[in-house]
Amino acid sequence: MAKVRGAIVVDTERCKGCELCVGACPTDVIGMAEEVNSKGYHYAYMKNPEACTGCVNCAIICPDGVISVYRVKTT
Amino acid sequence: MGELRLMKGNEAVAEAAIRAGADGYFGYPITPQSEVMEYLMAEKPHERTGMVVLQAESELAAINMVYGGAACGKKVMTSSSSPGISLMQEGISYIAGAELPCLLVNVVRGGPGLGTIQPAQSDYFQSVKGGGHGDYRLITLAPASVQEMSDFVRLGFELAFKYRNPAMILSDGAIGQMMEKVELFDPVPRSKEILPWATTGKTPDRERNIITSLDLDPKRQEDFNLKLQKKYREIEEKEVRFEKIQCDDAEYLFVAYGTSSRVVQKAVQLARSRGIRVGLFRPITLWPFPSKEIFAMTEQVKGILSVEMSAGQMVEDIRLAVKGKIKVDYYGRMGGIIPTPDEVVEMLEKKIIGG
Amino acid sequence: MAEITLDQIIQPENMVYTRSRIMTDTVLHYCPGCGHGTVHRLLAEVIEELDLQSETIGITPVGCSVLMYNYMDIDMQEAAHGRAPALATAIKRLMSEKFVFTYQGDGDLAAIGTAETIHACNRGENITILFINNGIYGMTGGQMAPTTLPDMKASTCPYGRDVQMMGNPLKITDIVATLPGSYYVTRQSVHTPGNVRKAKKAIRKAVEYQKRNQGTCFVEIVSNCNSGWKMTPVDANQWLEENMLPFYPLGDLKVPEE
Repeated sequence: MAKVRGAIVVDTERCKGCELCVGACPTDVIGMAEEVNSKGYHYAYMKNPEACTGCVNCAIICPDGVISVYRVKTT
Repeated sequence: MGELRLMKGNEAVAEAAIRAGADGYFGYPITPQSEVMEYLMAEKPHERTGMVVLQAESELAAINMVYGGAACGKKVMTSSSSPGISLMQEGISYIAGAELPCLLVNVVRGGPGLGTIQPAQSDYFQSVKGGGHGDYRLITLAPASVQEMSDFVRLGFELAFKYRNPAMILSDGAIGQMMEKVELFDPVPRSKEILPWATTGKTPDRERNIITSLDLDPKRQEDFNLKLQKKYREIEEKEVRFEKIQCDDAEYLFVAYGTSSRVVQKAVQLARSRGIRVGLFRPITLWPFPSKEIFAMTEQVKGILSVEMSAGQMVEDIRLAVKGKIKVDYYGRMGGIIPTPDEVVEMLEKKIIGG
Repeated sequence: MAEITLDQIIQPENMVYTRSRIMTDTVLHYCPGCGHGTVHRLLAEVIEELDLQSETIGITPVGCSVLMYNYMDIDMQEAAHGRAPALATAIKRLMSEKFVFTYQGDGDLAAIGTAETIHACNRGENITILFINNGIYGMTGGQMAPTTLPDMKASTCPYGRDVQMMGNPLKITDIVATLPGSYYVTRQSVHTPGNVRKAKKAIRKAVEYQKRNQGTCFVEIVSNCNSGWKMTPVDANQWLEENMLPFYPLGDLKVPEE
């Protein structure tokens, strides 16, 4: 059965930790890191990568364009 | 010899704009300069040269249309009269701050406020000392005839593009409205050149062009101001223009520009008929002001009378130029009244010769 | 079948979304969660997709987005407060083959620039206007805007906007839609992924329609200002949905007759 797997890459230095991507994700993939970037923001990361479908919701809600999305079909 | 016509000063500005290859005119009606846009609209320059002419919703919009067009490297202009020019000051400051070329025409009327529609020279300070906010200068040309209204359109554009700085023709209601013979210069086609700094769409062969007067970094903002000042010093060095009439043997000197200088020309004749050896020094560029040339006259003349249709504005620059070496005084009328040659001679006798 | 690894997924050929190359690498100065960045990104994507970079001249306003020219790799001009439509008018008339847009906030477009906005739209200037309405003056620190809602608090109406004293919010987009010169007028938002997708379609239309030379294309984006509203970004978007959208309903106000 075909399954869609996705992944995101966060430009952590540009991320401002607004958390809009967290709520935008339908599969609860994204969390905010304990660590902060050089500006002091907790940045987004994949806390639950297996659930990512590469739907790009997180990337298009992100005001700072910090998220790149990858997607593959697996069987 | 170019084409000869009998024209109003305002019409000469409009015809000269088309002939100078202007790309756009943006204006708003105000007396006594409305003929500029009326003439342009009647001439349909979009058919003659492709020039855009648009009546804006306000002087504020008009000057900002000029700003937008100038930022594309286009030859653009506006004209107005005193209250309208006041309204434009914000835009003029931005244009100067963004180092853009454009031509502004002020057909001055008496003020302050709504004032009158009659001619005056009371916007001298506004033109040559600033007007808008910030440390900037306008190249200011003062025509004394309909001929110069035409010629200075071309000259104004030339200087504006040479220095990437707004240029102002500081005229007045008399020169705007009066009709004189004018020899029109031959038309030049509109430029097709794309200027390297202009916002015309970022092509792959260059970085993006940004036109702005904003820089929040104080050091960079100061550096920019210093660069502007350097440019202004260069203009002061190279672009001073003036005319001396019957100055060779003069013992006394009138300084006057524009309409006043026409009156004073007559006053010189009148005074000389009474045995007073007086000449006329006519600044053509009010900024840069011919300070050195006026100072040089102090070797020769005993006193200077500045004749202005204002409460005495240019006289301050004359005093600065003369550095106290000889007597300098002022005579003028306000509120739309043009002084007579008789009055002017009488005041020379009273304030300078007898004073 | 072995489970695919993240490294195998994160390969260039599998990329389905990244920031448009029309956006520069400069980090946006906006507050976290601010809708300005989202709209910049959408516009950049549309310019890239339609291959308009070399034809585009954008006008930035005075307000939070004053420095927009730092973020987009296109030719831009910085207008005085409220005057962007006047600049755009001249540019488009002088270079009718170019794509010309203004990007303006509510104070810029609907207060100090009302005359320029109304007259450019009424003349039917063939320009595209992007209007960001967050109901507040963000850059100057959260003062009342022409679009501040009744009873909404701002630093110059700290007890809420009293419409008896301070006047009513201005629905300028509704006015623009009534003008004969406007061609496409729509109100969108970017507070959810679904709304972002719709907003992008609207922006794309507003850009594409400019080629038709039929009049002004006007896109209002109802957006947030979490700093000015003094909320978290997530709460601000929720507040936007519950308070801004009932007053500024989303959807097309004027669409071209096909």
